[in-house]
Amino acid sequence: MNRRRKSIRTITNEEGIHIEQTAKAIKTDAGLKNNLRKKKWKTFAQQYQLILMSVPFVGILALFSYLPLWGWIMAFQKYSIGRGIFGSEFVGFDQFVKLFNDDWFYTVLRNTLAMSLMHLITSFAGAIGLALLLNEVRSRLFKRTIQTITYIPHFVSWVVIASIVTLVLSPDFGPLNELLIWLGIVDEPVFFLSKEKWFWVIHTMAGFWKELGWSTIIYLAVLAGVDPALYEAADVDGAGRFRKMIHISLPGLMPTASILLILNTGYLIATGYESQMLLGNNLVMEYSQVLDLYALNYSMQIGDYSYGVAISMFKSVVSIVLVLLVNSWAKRVGQSTVL
Amino acid sequence: MRSRTKVGDGLFNVFNNTLLLLLGIATLYPFLNLLAVSLNQSLDTMRGGIYLWPREFTLDNYRLIFSNDRLFDSAALSVLRTLIGTGLSVICTIMVAYALSRREYMLRKSLNAIIVVSMYVNGGIIPIYLMIKNLGLTNTFAVYIIPGLIGAFNVMIMRSYFDQLPDGLVESAKLDGANEWQTLFRVVMPISLPVIATITLFISVGHWNSWTDNFLYNSKESLTLLQYQLMQILMQTTEQVSGGIGSGTDDAILNFTTPQSIRATMSMVVTLPILFVYPFLQKYFIKGMTLGAMKE
Repeated sequence: MNRRRKSIRTITNEEGIHIEQTAKAIKTDAGLKNNLRKKKWKTFAQQYQLILMSVPFVGILALFSYLPLWGWIMAFQKYSIGRGIFGSEFVGFDQFVKLFNDDWFYTVLRNTLAMSLMHLITSFAGAIGLALLLNEVRSRLFKRTIQTITYIPHFVSWVVIASIVTLVLSPDFGPLNELLIWLGIVDEPVFFLSKEKWFWVIHTMAGFWKELGWSTIIYLAVLAGVDPALYEAADVDGAGRFRKMIHISLPGLMPTASILLILNTGYLIATGYESQMLLGNNLVMEYSQVLDLYALNYSMQIGDYSYGVAISMFKSVVSIVLVLLVNSWAKRVGQSTVL
Repeated sequence: MRSRTKVGDGLFNVFNNTLLLLLGIATLYPFLNLLAVSLNQSLDTMRGGIYLWPREFTLDNYRLIFSNDRLFDSAALSVLRTLIGTGLSVICTIMVAYALSRREYMLRKSLNAIIVVSMYVNGGIIPIYLMIKNLGLTNTFAVYIIPGLIGAFNVMIMRSYFDQLPDGLVESAKLDGANEWQTLFRVVMPISLPVIATITLFISVGHWNSWTDNFLYNSKESLTLLQYQLMQILMQTTEQVSGGIGSGTDDAILNFTTPQSIRATMSMVVTLPILFVYPFLQKYFIKGMTLGAMKE
């Protein structure tokens, strides 16, 4: 089977070279352009089915990824819905001057970055730790069971996660409060979700719990590929399981881990608003509101679209710059990059 | 020396397995607790102390949810969205991934470039909102399907899978006179079932769990999804306790049961379908995920 496949490939390859050479020989300076155009037209005709297959995707990208960039013009206008983009008055950088003098903007930016960073660090450490521990489990059944269970929260919606968090932290017989009272740490139930200082922690813990198991998949795959000879050599030296984990498995993960960490810092500002909106409430707004929610509030409630677009645009531009920086950094470190 | 490592290994094993077991319990417990609360009589739940088992077993909470017309319609709409959205998305993703995996495809490079750029550059939440509004997609069912029809991430996973299929496969189909559609549907797809199962799972879960598009674009009652109903109930109860405005509940359903019970029951209703489907697909998606991620 394998050999047959190979032979087919070589024949077509040889044919290709042969055809190309004859084509080259025929081409004179005058006929070159014409020939090229013909050739292009011919491939186009041959590949129209492939082109048809790509049409939906290109359409979606154009409509929802590229055309909205046109809307950035609004950030330089005093946009009114009635007049539209073409009729609205241009105000230069006024919106951005307003943005950079807006105290609440800095609060919201701080919240966005702080929550992203906390999530990045905890999920990174958690994924590596759990992958190492799972890798040491001898019973396949036990390992699979734990994997299956810890993947569940990844597939559950944030709405349900938020519902679980409110239930667990509830001051009315919530399990956490019951536990704290039983241990004698607090005297009466604490209403955690109304405490500003706790919001980042709660948000981070919820995200950690949701994605912990799922984030180990890639690391487990890397661990499966570590050379068994290394472990055997360590056996001969009398190393125990724990030391093998620390001195062989962990270093084996490091190349993948560092590249993932570097790449993920590029997304620090590009996070959404779903979890913050669901877990937050009026009492903790100063710590829960993020850039997207601020932009939404400004546009939908106050009706100032230009300011909302300015916020969105700031976010997009910063995130592009971050990604580019991070990529060139990764390149310098000598790792493969995405761009 | 030897025996000391053995004792150490044994201790490590015990410690490791205990830790993982605790983690498993910490992951599973909240779901079991929700289930117990949803199966317990609502007024009795207010007394506290419901952990793993309902104290006064009843199906009333579920009965209430399914007898409420609004909730029932939302559930039907969510199912419809998931079915239609997943079907269309999966087909379109397969098509473009197949085209991209063909090395001689003339638009391959330029398509790749616009995909990669689109993964990093986006207009932001407000420009996209206005775009959808200008297209007349607000307050339509189509807004649930079209904007998210094809995701770059899923295309990448699918393409990596197609890329590692043997070259001769497509070529020999071509030699037999098959056109591109036939090659895709008769040759490539039948041997790509693992990755198709993976993508189908991701996309369908995404559709089932989504509520932000409902929140942003559809204010019509008849277009409300189940997750959004749950989200509103959740926000209502947190607003009530935080003393916010709009705490007057117009929901007739809350007269018969407590917010806590209704929340737990609805959480179960939206979670159970996923729990039934996902374990069966686990072995596929682990393979699909790692393949896609490693290639990137």
